[in-house]
Amino acid sequence: MSPDFLIALTMLTNFTLVATSRVNKAIQLAVVQGVLLGLIPIAMGLGKHFHILLVALAAIVVKGWFIPFLFRRALKQAHIQREVDPYVGYTVSLMLCAAGTGLSLVLAHNLPLKPGTTPSFLVPAALATLFTGFLLLVSRRKALTQVVGYLVLENGVYLFGLLLVEDMPILVETGILLDLFVGVFVMGIVINHIRVAFDSTDTRHLAELKD
Amino acid sequence: MPVLLIAIPLLAAALAWFIKAPAIRVRLLPAVALIHLALLIIALRSWRDLPHGAWLGLDALGGWVLLVISVLFTICALYAPSYLALRPDRDHRIFTACLLAFLGLASLLAQARHPGVTWVAMETTTLATAPLIYFNRNRRSIEATWKYLVLGSVGIALALLGTLFVAYAAHMGGIEEPLHYTRLMAAGEQLSRPWLRAGFVLTLVGYGTKMGLAPLHTWKPDAYGETPGIVGALLAGGVTSCAFLALLRIYGVVAAAGEAPFARELLIGFGILSMAWALVFMVGQVDFKRLLAYSSVEHMGILVLGIGIGGLAARFALFHLAANALVKSVLFLSAGNIHRSYASKQLPFVTGAIRRTPVSAGLFLVGFLAITGLPPFMPFISEFNIAAAALTTGHVLVGVLFLVLLAGIFITMSDTVLQVVFGVPSPQRVRTPYKDTFATTAPLILALCLALGLGTHLPAPLRAMLDGAVLTVDGHPLPVHERSLDLTKPQSLVEVR
Repeated sequence: MSPDFLIALTMLTNFTLVATSRVNKAIQLAVVQGVLLGLIPIAMGLGKHFHILLVALAAIVVKGWFIPFLFRRALKQAHIQREVDPYVGYTVSLMLCAAGTGLSLVLAHNLPLKPGTTPSFLVPAALATLFTGFLLLVSRRKALTQVVGYLVLENGVYLFGLLLVEDMPILVETGILLDLFVGVFVMGIVINHIRVAFDSTDTRHLAELKD
Repeated sequence: MPVLLIAIPLLAAALAWFIKAPAIRVRLLPAVALIHLALLIIALRSWRDLPHGAWLGLDALGGWVLLVISVLFTICALYAPSYLALRPDRDHRIFTACLLAFLGLASLLAQARHPGVTWVAMETTTLATAPLIYFNRNRRSIEATWKYLVLGSVGIALALLGTLFVAYAAHMGGIEEPLHYTRLMAAGEQLSRPWLRAGFVLTLVGYGTKMGLAPLHTWKPDAYGETPGIVGALLAGGVTSCAFLALLRIYGVVAAAGEAPFARELLIGFGILSMAWALVFMVGQVDFKRLLAYSSVEHMGILVLGIGIGGLAARFALFHLAANALVKSVLFLSAGNIHRSYASKQLPFVTGAIRRTPVSAGLFLVGFLAITGLPPFMPFISEFNIAAAALTTGHVLVGVLFLVLLAGIFITMSDTVLQVVFGVPSPQRVRTPYKDTFATTAPLILALCLALGLGTHLPAPLRAMLDGAVLTVDGHPLPVHERSLDLTKPQSLVEVR
C-alpha cells in the first residue's frame, strides 16, 4: 500500500468524524485513524529501522487497543450514545472541515520541504487533522467527544512527526504516545468524576464559572 | 546533582502516596522543599560549567527559574501543614503526592537541554497539577479541572507541533539529532526561516496557553478561583514560570537565528493584549480569587512584553518572574486565609477583613500594593525598568500604553481589595472558627520580606546569574567566561540606560 493512499484515508476519516452523531462511532473512527497512522511509517518503507518499527507498533497498540479500551469503559459507565445538539451542526462542521483542509493545502504549499524529500501529503494532512481535532473539541458538548477531538488533534501532530521520524530519537516519538496515553487516562478519570457529580457527561453543565 | 533534584521530589511523591499517617505525610512537604532548595543552591554554584552536550543541567536561565520555583515551593510547603490541618475532612494523599511530583517535574523542565525533554516535562507538569485543582471535590472544581485539562492539553499539543516545526527547521538546515539548545543556537544561521517562524508562533500559542496569555487564558480564572490558595500560588508562580521558560528556550533559538524582530512584535502584541484584557475583566470583579487570576494574566503579559522590548527590559522581565512568584504567593495564601475565615470569596459577604483576620488582611493589602508597583518592592523595580526601557528604546507608544494599563489596573483592583480589607462588615457574613496563627501567616511574611529585600538589594551571585540568563534568552549558546561581568562595581538596580 502506498503511504499516500493511507494518508488520503486518514483525511477521509476526518470528514466522517465531524459528520457522525454517534459517540460510539466517533470513537471507532478515531481508533481506525490511529491504526492507519501506525501503518504509514511501515508503508513508507521505514520498517527496516528497528526503532521506527517499535514506535509504529506502540502507536498501534496504544491507539488501537488501549485507548478504545478506556473509552469503552467510560462509555459503559456513562450510558451515552448520541451527541445531541452540538454547538455547531453536522453540515456546518463538514463545510468547516472542508475549508480547513483546503486551507491546510495552501498553508503547506508555502512551507518548503527539504530538497530531496519526496513530495507528500504529510504536511497538509497533518494540518487538516489538527484542524479537525480542534473543530471537534470546540463544537461538541459531550466530554467523551471532546476527548475524541483531543485524540484526533494528537493524530495530526503525530502525522507531522512522521516527517521527522527518521531523524528524531525515540524520545520524542514515545513522548507523543506517553502524552496521549496519560492524557486520555487522566481525562477518563475526570469524565468519571463529572458523571458522578452531574449524573451526565454533558459539558453544558460545566458552565457555572463565568464572569 | 541534576538527577537528584528531579529524583528526590519524585521519590518523595511516591512515598507520600504510601504513607498512611496524615500527620507524617504533611511534614514531608517542608522537608523535601528545604532539601530541594539546599541542593539547588549547591548545584547553582557551578552554572557556568555546564557541559556542552549534556542532556540535563542547570544553565543561568534554567537555574534562575528553578530557584524562583524552589523558593516559592518552600514558602507554600511551610504553609501547607497548617492549611491541611484546617481541612481535616479532605484526604490529602493525592494532593501531597501531586505537589511533590510537580516540584520534581519542574526541576526536569528547568534542567532540560533538549526541546523534546522540555516538552515532555511541561506536559507531565500539567497532568500532575490537574488533580490539585480538584481538591475541593465539588461541581465547581470539577468544571475548573476539566477546562484546565482540555485547554492545557490543546496548548501542549500545539507546543509539540511547534517543537517539531523547529526540529524540521534544523533538519532542513542540515543539523541532526541530538538537537540540544546549545547546538540549535550555535547553528542558528542555518535554520530554515519559514519553519522556524511557524514553529515560534505555534510554541507561543501553545506555551502561551499554559502561561495564560490573553486570549488563551480562559481556564485561569476558573482554576485559580476554585483551588485552595496554596495551589493558586503554585500555579500562578510555578506552572506559569515553567511555561515561560519553555517559551524562552525557543525564543533563544529564534533570536540566535536572527529572527528576533519578528518574534518580539508578537510578544509585545500578546503582552499588551493580556494586560488590557485583564484590566477589562477586573472591573467590578466581586470574586477576589478570580481578581488575582486576572492579575496573573496581567503579569504574564508584563513578562512577554519585557522580552518583546528586549535589552534591559528582558533582564527585568526575568527579574519580574521572581517578583511575581513571591508577591503572588503572599496574595494567594492570604486570600486563602480570608476565604477560610468567611467561607466565601465574594464581595458582598467578605468585607472588613482587617477586623477579623488583621494579619492576613494586612498582608493581602500590602501584597496588592506591592504587585501594583509600590516602591521598593520587587515588582516596582521591574515594572519601572521595563517602562523606562520601552520609552528609551523607541517603543514610546508601547511604554505609554504599559503605564496607562498599570495605572488602570491599580485603580480597578484597589476597588475590590479595599472593600475586602476595610469595607463595612456585611450583615450576611459567616463566621468560621478560623483565626490567623503563626503557622498560617509566617510563610507569607517571609515571602513579603524577600520581595522587599531583593527589591532593595540583589546579591551579586544572583545578579551575575540574571545577566547570564539574559544572554541565553538573547540566543547566546553558553554563558561565555570572558563575558563575565564586573561584579565589584557597585550597581544600583534602578538603572536607566
